[in-house]
Amino acid sequence: MAEITFLEAIREGLSEEMARDPSVFCLGEDIGGFGGAFKVTEGLQSRFGEQRVIDTPIAEAGIIGAAAGAAHYGMRPVVEMQFIDFVSCGYDMLTNYVATARYRAFLPCPIVVRGPSGGYVRGGPFHSQNPEAAFLHTPGLKIAYPATAEDAKGMIKAAIRDDDPVLFFEHKYLYRRIKGTMPEGDHVVPLGKARVAREGTHLSIVTYAATVWKALEAAEQLEREDGLSVEVIDLRTLLPLDDEAIVATVKKTNRVLVVHEDTVTGGIAGEITARINELCFEWLDAPVRRVAAHDVPLPYAPPLEDFVLPQTSDIVRASRWLAAY
Amino acid sequence: MAVPTLPSPLAIPSGLTRDQLLELYRWMRLTRTLEERLVALYRQTKVVGGLFRSLGQEACAVGSAFALERRDVLSPLIRNLGSMLVKGAEPVEILRQYMAKGDSPTRGRELNIHFGDVVDRNFVGQISHLGDMVPVMAGVTLTFRMRNEPRVGLVYVGDGATSTGAFHEGINFAAVQRCPLVVVVENNGYAYSTPTCRQTLAEQFIDKAIGYGVPGVRADGNDVLEVYRVTREAVDRARSGGGVTLLELLTYRRKGHAEHDNQSYVAPGEIEHWAAHNDPIDRYVERLTGEFGFDPEMLRRTDDEVRATVDEATDQAEASPPCVGPDALLGVYADPPAMPTLWYRAGEGSAVSEHERPASWGTHDG
Repeated sequence: MAEITFLEAIREGLSEEMARDPSVFCLGEDIGGFGGAFKVTEGLQSRFGEQRVIDTPIAEAGIIGAAAGAAHYGMRPVVEMQFIDFVSCGYDMLTNYVATARYRAFLPCPIVVRGPSGGYVRGGPFHSQNPEAAFLHTPGLKIAYPATAEDAKGMIKAAIRDDDPVLFFEHKYLYRRIKGTMPEGDHVVPLGKARVAREGTHLSIVTYAATVWKALEAAEQLEREDGLSVEVIDLRTLLPLDDEAIVATVKKTNRVLVVHEDTVTGGIAGEITARINELCFEWLDAPVRRVAAHDVPLPYAPPLEDFVLPQTSDIVRASRWLAAY
Repeated sequence: MAVPTLPSPLAIPSGLTRDQLLELYRWMRLTRTLEERLVALYRQTKVVGGLFRSLGQEACAVGSAFALERRDVLSPLIRNLGSMLVKGAEPVEILRQYMAKGDSPTRGRELNIHFGDVVDRNFVGQISHLGDMVPVMAGVTLTFRMRNEPRVGLVYVGDGATSTGAFHEGINFAAVQRCPLVVVVENNGYAYSTPTCRQTLAEQFIDKAIGYGVPGVRADGNDVLEVYRVTREAVDRARSGGGVTLLELLTYRRKGHAEHDNQSYVAPGEIEHWAAHNDPIDRYVERLTGEFGFDPEMLRRTDDEVRATVDEATDQAEASPPCVGPDALLGVYADPPAMPTLWYRAGEGSAVSEHERPASWGTHDG
């Protein structure tokens, strides 16, 4: 089978789910005839019609709320945020209404809120965000953040089929840079299961999304230059976290670096570090360390953005520190 | 051939002087020439990120901002470059900003025309989240009312932003509080690819004014004098305690949402029609040289001056230094002035450069 891009993989997943299940429909800004700001939904409206690929007014709270209402009555809406940075406009709906729906009122709310996230693209403070940690603290939501094209397809399908609301982050740096060959048949990747992206024995890098690729680059360099065998864990789902996979890699390598693109304070790495302490502290030969973005809004100018975000060379340096500890 | 300047056969509208009429022309021409220069720089990959044009909408921004005084506060949106120029933004600032230079108004933190100056020239930097500036400007003008300062605010939104909760909450709050605020809906037919008919079923945006209990005035946004006139009335009303006015300016977005957008969603011939028959600068030139008897040679001289200004600003901006990475850590809080460099960067050329805190950077005591 031919390789397709990360972006095309998501489109294929959406398309297959819409074909499989008539209750699945998409709504968002400019997603219909235009196919979305990044063209993820291109062609879906001509295939499935305007009733199932709906161009909405600019109203994130409105469309997330509407998706929730439709979901209560048996639909499975997929909402696009034009940029995930705009999910903040729907924060009230997501955290107060959607996330609590099942718990407080036994309301089914199987919606997916998806959109392009992440930096390294000179997008400035409002087109580069990684707001996953803001929702990690919201019981009732699930958070998926794939790194490979295969996972992007398999996980969007799993997210649509999930009976709970799922935030689905699509790193825009990966959209057209990453390709993959899709497995035959109904390719669904279950939420909540991490992936070993690279086997190793000396230390582990636990990460997700775009920094999986930076960690893999760093791992290669460390093997070449230092003879270090680095394991890379791609979390894939952030809520729920795959504790089993995290513990397994800790027990295997005894040294852990947690890497993410989001800012360090209050980021997911803190939660992962706490879990490692609670679940397998005695297996550690070194403190768990974090490589994450500096605590500033993401600036636009290339030298500034490059400084703020974690780079491959940072992961290499941090890994050397950890290996030498 | 120079045409002799004739005395104007008609009274000049809205009490403008002949110098002011020419000034309006100059601001529109500067807007267009500066944006054309930005396109050239964009194609040379000297612009970092997207480029947003206001081609065909220059009269909306220029005519409305011209109705404000220096003490009044303007909140521009992405197609209101012209209003910022009127308010005192320098072409070199715009160019440095688009080129992500170290001495750009936001020191490389923000993009394009997302910057402001609340100390002197009184315009507030926008964010990308549409509608958010309406409640902000409600608060700015609430302050003027509370302090009995005879100052007015003007905030632009597009047709798209009227669909947001922030727009609704902001204008309603400003109306109830009788804030001296002019809310301009610049209706250019499209929000990205979405036509206005998919944004609202209201036949006109001023219909919404009824719901907020404020006057709504609709005007031809490509007639700079008409834009000036209706804005001036709204500004005068606001200054004299009459509260909020909702203005709807009808115009047309002749370029895509940003430079990358090929406008595949626009009906064939539509853009060309507006370009040929309803260009705000062409229309104004016709009035200036006809009705008001301006010498076309005078306008050509203005064009040359504008080009020279933009040339000079381009040279200056190109010579500006790039940003210095560690400076990204400055200015998140008033105190501490810089965030710490994270452990994994220690020793990697991570010192912030010595540089002054710009006067308008987030403090009131300078």
